[in-house]
Amino acid sequence: MTDLTKLTIAEAKKCLKNKDFTASELVSAYAQKMNEGRKYNAYVCETVEKALEQAKISQSKIEKGEGGNLEGIPLGIKDLFCTKGIATTACSDFLKGFVPPYESTVTSKLLSAGASFLGKLNLDEFAMGGSNETSAFGPVVNPYSKDIPLVAGGSSGGSAAAVAAEMCAGATGTDTGGSIRQPSAYCGITGIKPTYGRCSRYGIIAFASSLDQAGPIAKDVRDCAIMLNSMAGYDAKDSTSAKIDVPDFEKFLGEDIRGMKIGIPKEYRVDGLDKEIVAYWDKAAEILKSRGAEIVEVSLPHTKYALATYYIIAPAEASANLARYDGLRFGNRVEGSTLDEMYINSRTAGFGKEVKRRIMVGTYVLSAGYYDAYYVKAQKVRRLIRDDFINAFESCDVILTPTSPVAAFPIGDKSMQENPITMWLNDVFTVSVSLAGLPAMSLPIGLNTSGLPLGMQIIGKAFDERSVFKAAYALEKDVMFKGAK
Amino acid sequence: MSIDAETVKKVAFLSRLKIEDDKIETTKDEFNKIIKWVEQLNEANTDGVVPLVSVNDCQLQMRKDEVTDGNKAEQVLANAPMKEYGYFGVPKVVE
Repeated sequence: MTDLTKLTIAEAKKCLKNKDFTASELVSAYAQKMNEGRKYNAYVCETVEKALEQAKISQSKIEKGEGGNLEGIPLGIKDLFCTKGIATTACSDFLKGFVPPYESTVTSKLLSAGASFLGKLNLDEFAMGGSNETSAFGPVVNPYSKDIPLVAGGSSGGSAAAVAAEMCAGATGTDTGGSIRQPSAYCGITGIKPTYGRCSRYGIIAFASSLDQAGPIAKDVRDCAIMLNSMAGYDAKDSTSAKIDVPDFEKFLGEDIRGMKIGIPKEYRVDGLDKEIVAYWDKAAEILKSRGAEIVEVSLPHTKYALATYYIIAPAEASANLARYDGLRFGNRVEGSTLDEMYINSRTAGFGKEVKRRIMVGTYVLSAGYYDAYYVKAQKVRRLIRDDFINAFESCDVILTPTSPVAAFPIGDKSMQENPITMWLNDVFTVSVSLAGLPAMSLPIGLNTSGLPLGMQIIGKAFDERSVFKAAYALEKDVMFKGAK
Repeated sequence: MSIDAETVKKVAFLSRLKIEDDKIETTKDEFNKIIKWVEQLNEANTDGVVPLVSVNDCQLQMRKDEVTDGNKAEQVLANAPMKEYGYFGVPKVVE
């Protein structure tokens, strides 16, 4: 078989069980794709040899009829997850050379389920960015690029590109304001940010702790469900992880969506929204309607404040979280004549521009005299944004929106480089969901006239991933997105 | 609120970051742009709204106060840029 990397996780699992090929052959097929795909700059560290060792163990389990939910499946891991004995950098110069002495809960669960890790995937530095251009390893190139290299989105750009270019069967991502959903949309693949608290944050390098959430990025809806089954769950090591039973998400796929109410938020139909995106949005609603769902208009009146709220809260939490990078215990150290000078030199040399910008904004909004005016104000508006969703969900089961107002754009785009706010505006459809802590999935809906993928977002109530999976699976079946790389 | 060069320097120090003198002005302008943009929140009526600190309604879990981990000095120090005698090495802080 030559097309092993085309198989979904569900298909590969079946083939491994049938002994159509071995787990080692599957790893080797992906390793071949990794070689061919170096131009995408998706991996920042490759661990194929380790994956081959893991595959051997998996194969012997499979042959004995044993093995976990992901036995023999090769995955890519966003380089924000600490992996024991494997360099973990958050794609920051500050952490180059850092080798964690422990494993994150999510990756350790994936390993216990039998997955092997092909390597660590590129991201925006400390997950701060929407285009993967802030990475200390350089930007990821979108596999859909033609003449001009396009961004893969961010911050999980490496994860999305690696899945799209078949350089792993699935990947882990993290989402703080859209970092799973937006790159998934740009790269024509599928990703879900589960409800805040579903997955443990233990061992994930922190950006904004009240927003950060791990999730899978994969080839289709079913693969996301399979992966999430092995990622979610309460963890005593993360006090914000939810003590709630984890259902078998795969079981919900194919459930009848007749009578389901799909909300369309009128505030998301912003003036000047790309016509092609609007057309696909209507088409998605039409598909769900033809399957018996009911389309209802809902209102999320505080949507317009979501970005400003996010860009106060996320930098504030980041400035606190990143205070740990002091050059003392791990990471980059640049000597100075005093302790303060050493801190300053280490941090100034180790952090990139966007990270410094957010630390400073965060420090300012938390500083004496401004705390109430900015930070507390943003926390109040955050409640209004969350209450909007609670109210909207009184009249619908899920909400359907585009994932991003634009498709992938060229690397080095001038208007975004010159004005950070222009870049931040791309998160307009994803941040409010993060602020409300809700589950949301992005799946491809089609290509625009330039041949670039566009994504649709399905948002659910807290801990109701079931409805998200149901609706997404129904939509996916009729969209039949094939990609066109 | 408009931010001046002094504030930029103060915030940089609080952040333990250095901004070169010739970058202070551009940083100040960029900062003002961002702060002005987020001030759109002032339009939103938040009278009587309780700040949302966490979306997580779950109660914090109690556990026994006991040692569950330890004796890993070597691992803790493994990534230290400077270590001596089983301790992190730091610049002299007391004269």
